[in-house]
Amino acid sequence: MSAMTLDANDRLLTVPPRARSATDLNPVLADHLATHGALAVPTRDDAGWTAAVRRAVSESGLLGRGGAGFPSAVKWSAVRRGGRRPMVVVNAMEGEPASAKDKVLLAHSPHLVLDGADVAAAAVGASDIVICVADDNGRTAASVTAAVAERARAGMDHRRISVERPPGRYVSGEESALVAWLNNREALPSLRIDKSVPLAVGRRPVLVHNAETLSQVALIARHGPEWFRRLGTPEAPGSTLVTVSGAVRSPGVLEVELGTPVGDIVGRAGLDGALSGLLLGGYGGAWLDPSHLSTPYAPGPLAAAGATMGVGIVVALPVTSCGIAETARIVRYMAGESAGQCGPCVFGLPAIADDLEQLAVGRAGAGVLERIEVRAAVVDGRGACRHPDGVVRLARTALAVFADDALAHARGRPCAGHRAPSVLALPAATTRDRWAS
Amino acid sequence: MTTRQRVGLRVRVDPVACDAYGYCAELLPERVTLDEWGYPIVDGAPVEGGLVALATRAAAECPRRAVLLEQVLVPR
Repeated sequence: MSAMTLDANDRLLTVPPRARSATDLNPVLADHLATHGALAVPTRDDAGWTAAVRRAVSESGLLGRGGAGFPSAVKWSAVRRGGRRPMVVVNAMEGEPASAKDKVLLAHSPHLVLDGADVAAAAVGASDIVICVADDNGRTAASVTAAVAERARAGMDHRRISVERPPGRYVSGEESALVAWLNNREALPSLRIDKSVPLAVGRRPVLVHNAETLSQVALIARHGPEWFRRLGTPEAPGSTLVTVSGAVRSPGVLEVELGTPVGDIVGRAGLDGALSGLLLGGYGGAWLDPSHLSTPYAPGPLAAAGATMGVGIVVALPVTSCGIAETARIVRYMAGESAGQCGPCVFGLPAIADDLEQLAVGRAGAGVLERIEVRAAVVDGRGACRHPDGVVRLARTALAVFADDALAHARGRPCAGHRAPSVLALPAATTRDRWAS
Repeated sequence: MTTRQRVGLRVRVDPVACDAYGYCAELLPERVTLDEWGYPIVDGAPVEGGLVALATRAAAECPRRAVLLEQVLVPR
């Protein structure tokens, strides 16, 4: 899953390979600078520059691209209130199995992400940048490490910068889990009573940004908020990366303008045949009815439809597949990816997975649909992190979008598609139980 | 128009610390029930009057120290 279909509006995925000389020490950096131009980031505290870049990011309206869609400028304000020197953490964990956007971005344009980290660090007065890449993602780590070395050779290493390798599990990229790992604890999420209090490594406040978010910051710092807003909608400006898979001829990562109809996105990836549903956001995301092909891909319209952009997953489910069986497989996988800390997640997700699996093969017996709904409501919102909430949303939206199908399955008449091979990619089953390395 | 507010108490459970001892539901059934696996479901309403002492006891007697009393603003 690394194919890319470039578009005239692309901003993040536009670095063309130059004719390189054999003696060029820093070829990837040279391509980057030739494409995007130089970026001056002050190496010491500079109040004027800081105010300007903070205003630019605030006026750009940039929303975080790591799943929650939180305004980036607000994160900066929270971290600056702390007294000690903050630290910037680049979250490139990308634990979502159907997502490849950060892998593609960091393979293609690592310096754009590093530029953004540098800008964020200067804006909040941070002296250290830590880039977190999952320990089972060697290719991304190699690309990032090489880019960091290039910057050092070019004298662009103004701050301490390191690459860390937390365990590659679904929830270890959740920011409280990531920060726990950086504090030499296991990479497990924790309950945050007051989310306005920044996370900390030791006693230093931490600014955690998704890799794509920082690449957007790098472009806003260069070109300004008006330029950023030339794409997208007033509420959701700019472009974003999506990973399209399922019933498409060219699965992979696309850069799309926010507000683009969902149907145009799967169309660019080569929609192939009729759909029974669309999965948006991630494996803790939401199913949508195919009638939402006309819905604009932006937080507001998707929220009205019961979905989110999440980490930019768009899966087109072909009519030949069974939405119930696909959902059962994902929920089982997600139950296994629980950190195992909170009772409702530990017991609730496997119970829902059991029922979905029996439903998928038409052997669930009476009352199964009601039981899934009741358990979903009981589990929702009762974990320390949002992992269980996402899984029950997936289960609930499956029962709504594939309602006729679910009813037939519940009556013992599963559809033919339940034996079809899985459309949704899942990592090979593992028994690993590692949250520390 | 601003609504007058005062500080009230609300019960929260740290789900990471909780091990389903269930004492909180016995001590404070007005606010806490248990799910089918024995883990507490807190209704989130403010704790007032005679319930304050019970909530304080539920927090103090939780073997896992998972019951938290949180100050919240409630309408006067």
